[in-house]
Amino acid sequence: MSALKIKKGSTSHSAYELRDPNADIVERHTLACIVENEPGVLARVIGLFSGRGYNIESLTVAEIDHTGHMSRITVVTTGTPAVIDQIKAQLGRIVPVHEVHDLTVEGPSVERELGLFKVSGKGDQRVEALRLADIFRANVVDSTLESFIFEITGTPEKIDAFADLMRPLGLQEVARTGVAALSRGAI
Amino acid sequence: MARQMTGAKMVVQALKDQGVDTVFGYPGGAVLPIYDEIFLQNDIRHILVRHEQGAVHAAEGYARSTGRPGVVLVTSGPGATNAVTGLTDALMDSIPIVVLTGQVPTFMIGTDGFQEADTVGITRPCTKHNWLVKETDKLADTIHQAFHVARSGRPGPVLVDIPKDVQFASGTYVAPKSARVSHYQPQVKGDIGAITKLVAAMEKAERPIFYTGGGVINSGPAASQLLRELVDATGFPITSTLMGLGAYPASGKHWMGMLGMHGLYEANMAMHDCDLMINIGARFDDRITGRLDAFSPHSTKAHVDIDPSSINKVIRVDIPIIGDVGHVLEDILKVWKSRGRKTHKDGLAKWWGKIGDWRKVACLSYTNSKKVIKPQYALERLEALTKDRDRYICTEVGQHQMWAAQYLTFEDPNRWMTSGGLGTMGYGFPASIGVQMAHPDALVINVAGEASWLMNMQEMGTAMQYRLPVKQFILNNERLGMVRQWQELLHGERYSQSWSESLPDFVKLAEAFGAKGIICKDPADLDDAILEMLAHDGPVIFDCLVEKHENCFPMIPSGKPHNEMLLGNASTKDAIQAGGAVLV
Repeated sequence: MSALKIKKGSTSHSAYELRDPNADIVERHTLACIVENEPGVLARVIGLFSGRGYNIESLTVAEIDHTGHMSRITVVTTGTPAVIDQIKAQLGRIVPVHEVHDLTVEGPSVERELGLFKVSGKGDQRVEALRLADIFRANVVDSTLESFIFEITGTPEKIDAFADLMRPLGLQEVARTGVAALSRGAI
Repeated sequence: MARQMTGAKMVVQALKDQGVDTVFGYPGGAVLPIYDEIFLQNDIRHILVRHEQGAVHAAEGYARSTGRPGVVLVTSGPGATNAVTGLTDALMDSIPIVVLTGQVPTFMIGTDGFQEADTVGITRPCTKHNWLVKETDKLADTIHQAFHVARSGRPGPVLVDIPKDVQFASGTYVAPKSARVSHYQPQVKGDIGAITKLVAAMEKAERPIFYTGGGVINSGPAASQLLRELVDATGFPITSTLMGLGAYPASGKHWMGMLGMHGLYEANMAMHDCDLMINIGARFDDRITGRLDAFSPHSTKAHVDIDPSSINKVIRVDIPIIGDVGHVLEDILKVWKSRGRKTHKDGLAKWWGKIGDWRKVACLSYTNSKKVIKPQYALERLEALTKDRDRYICTEVGQHQMWAAQYLTFEDPNRWMTSGGLGTMGYGFPASIGVQMAHPDALVINVAGEASWLMNMQEMGTAMQYRLPVKQFILNNERLGMVRQWQELLHGERYSQSWSESLPDFVKLAEAFGAKGIICKDPADLDDAILEMLAHDGPVIFDCLVEKHENCFPMIPSGKPHNEMLLGNASTKDAIQAGGAVLV
């Protein structure tokens, strides 16, 4: 995340493990866990992060296979390379967790987040908000004479940038989904 | 054949089908239907403990001494919360136990009903996995899954929470064979590339050491056999953690004794100076490593562990091997033999010479006394008088535990039951009950301190009820000895709350339960008193009054590396600096 000045995993486009395991640099990684959608599975994952003192920057969960009852949990976390490796190993140890993928090191990936922004204003401010929304390809999903709700999809950085622009234009409320991510190309 | 039956009957049937012969438990409102079914059968023996914590530790003792999962049955609410310490203990030491708890009926969950607790929520971080069963049809399958998870991979405690209406309702029973196949199948075979790399390192190593742990014992008796074969064939020295004692015999030629904070001088020095460290089923615990940045600075490190999260958790290793100890040892032996059974003979000879020099320090020597029983002497005598018997040792936690590890010897796995990771005072006595249940004709001794022992003394009732001749060998210094030792070394000899006031008369206490009590305070009487304890066919409380201010040495002070051990009282002054004092 640019705002946090945290360096992204340096090998996101390499097939080789080039990271120095002893480095003290804090990296941001996007992890995807495929889990059995049984009661308490999310609590287990969150409890692991809180219990062992790991960070959660964003967390997205939804069932992705209704017949097989499988869910995908996407966690964006930060830590030194050693901590990231430990997080992955600890996640893999949870019984209902079937797979753990580190999208940051496993190859190129696509990350998207959806944000809803309520912006209120009149006159020029309102026109400017609408103009910027158009530049960011945000959709208007609700409108009154004093307000808009914009729907925007993109990388977390893009949504951050949009929020920064909307703030002086009457930003009132924000709802964000957290990151959903997939690796690029065929499996 | 699928059969219809009530949930309560299913519980008993599932336990039978899992080969369970003993259940440790305590009844209560939310498990009454299951207790009713237990009443109606004779295949499973139920041991009524006096406190649920005791049930879990007894099950741990049973599991550790047999290698089979221990089973616990307790009620909802307080029954479940009292089990939490035992669950955490079993998680830390990787002991397979299956705890079944009653729960308020499903329609009352969340209403703060009588004896309701969020058992699955409370025990989530202290179990390997847990389940709340809301439908009777899923009950049998869940119990079979629970046994599978408890036993597979790195073993651990599991819990199945069963609401009372689920116990009463009828459903379809599934036998273990037709139960759902779990995706949970940890990898047991190690990567052959990594194993070959390790063998190559072993061939060249001039100062190798095997550092083994509880994983060898958990892997089963075959793993211990393979370890013995490998150690004796290579001629490498071997040390072990507290958890791994007995995997390699103490009488073995290459045995160096336990390592770690109160481990032997030669073992710790060898760990520090080695050029190849082969960790088999241990986890670089902080009691072992001491100061991390000075831990064995010049060695290549290999680590065999079935749990990937143990690898590189605290110490970065050069050769990680994920797999079951038994399988990996078999492959190491195979590869090493096929490559011509090579070792660096000259280097090894020099290495053993160096180890011989360290041994001359005689780190376990102590000043004996004719007036007062030294705790080390008490254990030396206990060892001498019992070592040829079919013996199982449990301990509580503290100085006596470390002395027991130092002065008693273990020739076989599964003979040594002690709370290592969690350090649970009150563990040993109930554990000894579990061990004796599994081995009715064996000699089971719990080496205890008086303070630890009092924490679960209510289990005297259990020992008496089931005529379990467990020997409670209490080294009574009227102190919390290890706390006192740390206060002496770290807190300016201010002995805050660390002595045991108002102790009971242990002989009378034994007699109050109908057991035998023996008191001994004269070193000259000790042998006879121990023989009297051994001769008695029934539970004995042995109150051994020992030197009150004895410290446990050798010791790696907090924040120090392996090669800066304290060997005795003379060297303790200002041994621990501010940086070390903050550590536990």
